[in-house]
Amino acid sequence: MKLDMAQAEKFYSQMLLIRRFEERCAEAYSHQKIRGFLHLYIGEEAVGVGVMDALSDEDAIVATYREHGLALVRGISPQSIMAELYGKAEGCSHGRGGSMHLYSADKRFYGGNAIVAGGLPFAVGLALADKKMNKNRATVCFFGDGAVAEGEFHESLNLAALWNLPILFVCENNRYGMGTALKYAESETNISKKAAAYKMSSHQVDGMNVIEVAKATQKAVKSIKAGGGPQFLEALTYRFRAHSMFDAELYRDKSEVQEWKKEDPLITFEKRLIELDFEIDTDKIEKEVAKIVEDAVEFAEAGTLEPVEELEKFVYSQRDLS
Amino acid sequence: MSENITYREAIKRAIHKAMSEDDRVFLMGEDVGRYGGSYAVSMGFLEEFGSEKIIDTPLCESGFTGAGIGAAVNGMRPIVEIMTVNFSLLALDQILNTASKLLHMSGGQFNVPLVIRMATGGGNQLAAQHSHSLEGWYAHIPGLKVLTPATVQDAYDMIGLALEDPDPVLIFENATLYNSKGDLDVELSPVEIGKAIVRREGKDLSIFAYGINLIKALQAAENLANDGIDVEVIDLRSLRPLDDEMIMASVKKTHKVLIVDEGWKSGSISAEIMARINEQAFYELDAPMARVCSAEVPFPYAAHLEQAAMPQVDKIIQMAHKVMEDL
Repeated sequence: MKLDMAQAEKFYSQMLLIRRFEERCAEAYSHQKIRGFLHLYIGEEAVGVGVMDALSDEDAIVATYREHGLALVRGISPQSIMAELYGKAEGCSHGRGGSMHLYSADKRFYGGNAIVAGGLPFAVGLALADKKMNKNRATVCFFGDGAVAEGEFHESLNLAALWNLPILFVCENNRYGMGTALKYAESETNISKKAAAYKMSSHQVDGMNVIEVAKATQKAVKSIKAGGGPQFLEALTYRFRAHSMFDAELYRDKSEVQEWKKEDPLITFEKRLIELDFEIDTDKIEKEVAKIVEDAVEFAEAGTLEPVEELEKFVYSQRDLS
Repeated sequence: MSENITYREAIKRAIHKAMSEDDRVFLMGEDVGRYGGSYAVSMGFLEEFGSEKIIDTPLCESGFTGAGIGAAVNGMRPIVEIMTVNFSLLALDQILNTASKLLHMSGGQFNVPLVIRMATGGGNQLAAQHSHSLEGWYAHIPGLKVLTPATVQDAYDMIGLALEDPDPVLIFENATLYNSKGDLDVELSPVEIGKAIVRREGKDLSIFAYGINLIKALQAAENLANDGIDVEVIDLRSLRPLDDEMIMASVKKTHKVLIVDEGWKSGSISAEIMARINEQAFYELDAPMARVCSAEVPFPYAAHLEQAAMPQVDKIIQMAHKVMEDL
């Protein structure tokens, strides 16, 4: 992958959009505009931006409950995402899902799964159908390091490899399953090794480096679309914020967080661009992003509440699928 | 034109028809291929349809059920076979947290046209981990449809109905019924999902049952007729949705109710039916409602104990007399 100016600007803008959008979410949460669970992706932006860059419109995405960033980069409108967080009918899931369940059929974005590892078998099924229908597209399944201890992780990797499915597993290893550090959860903390045991190509990548993530994903997706079967990427990253808005972060030292902040994907990317002699107008991007975020908030504020009479909608299909 | 065949054969023919007519349909589960299906429903299918359509899965109920959900959402029409409902608990998260909720969580964007078949029921000395009837639990869950074919005709029709449905449908096949015989007429229009059927008209007492217990209820009704009690037997067919309309119509006709259900009594589908009758037709009742359920014990291996734990014809007759005497 050769980085050019346009690409550099895109990466920076997308990472900054996630950062600023979520900072605004946290603010809205403190004003009680957003309720329930809110899991922020701040610190992990390079993973989502790098992976999404390698995908085409026809590829499918299955994400976790920490998926605002992925939804934004995939192109779901920031307005509809913010409206969803506000519980408004204009939200991308009609206000039925909230922060943990963002969906878009248009963008082939299949959530937003709040059961740890629950998305993996589902993603295997998406890929299975693509294979059966001879569609040359990939399914990308995101999950955290916590999912690795679940049976579904192992069942899904086995099925994907056994059936040679067009799927990319992306483990967003942010070192903690909620408040339990990986070393307290796994006998083998190198997750990519576990995937390799299922006979699939598996790599670790620096999840704080958007270029590295993009490169690794491009390579993996290329192989998948050439019929090479499943691929596994373990993106080593770090969550700068609390697990959710209810987390007092008793399980890690502030110094550890500060140490990781030196690896901030936005700051390190900016440094790399200077090294490469790329000059991007960060002030301009900052303004553009601020406008997008404020528009999203305005849209969400102006959104409407679904009438209570419609409460029991979306339990069974009304449409004719023939 | 009707033909006398087994329940197993009826399911087999329905799946065969669906796979022959629709490229999107495939069968997936443990031992459905080379073994021929643990209850021999798909015997010979692998040879006929090939491994793309008949998929032997590893032992990973959650994994392959979830894969079925994903494949259904992505354009296929999978039939997932789970060996027994007892094993489906390993897939419960996928069924409950994904299949039943996806349409709602996505604000109507993603429906799940998945069919899951599983064997249910006791009576074969398979002991506590292979014998229970948990379909009533699944009937608790909005977003699912829960079908319980008792007849050969329904065993055939419900496969087609389930595949046509845009939402997840669970079909519970009572293991004791696979060898039972009955008439199949493939020309008949199937009775839609959610409709109960009056299997025997009567005026004195309504017995509501499903699956294998429909057969037991009909036998009991014959016996009770000799005692001058004219029993109406309703085959529920679907535990979700329940056919409230037909249930209440029968209550209004006989004013006396007995429910037969192989689930444990506490929190069972029979409890739900009683509650609904209480809510919708209480003043029609001439006697307290009654039910015959399984004893609240894990099914034992020993034949006499297992049989004692399950609803039986004599227990139904006894309970029917009690309801009549409570007048």
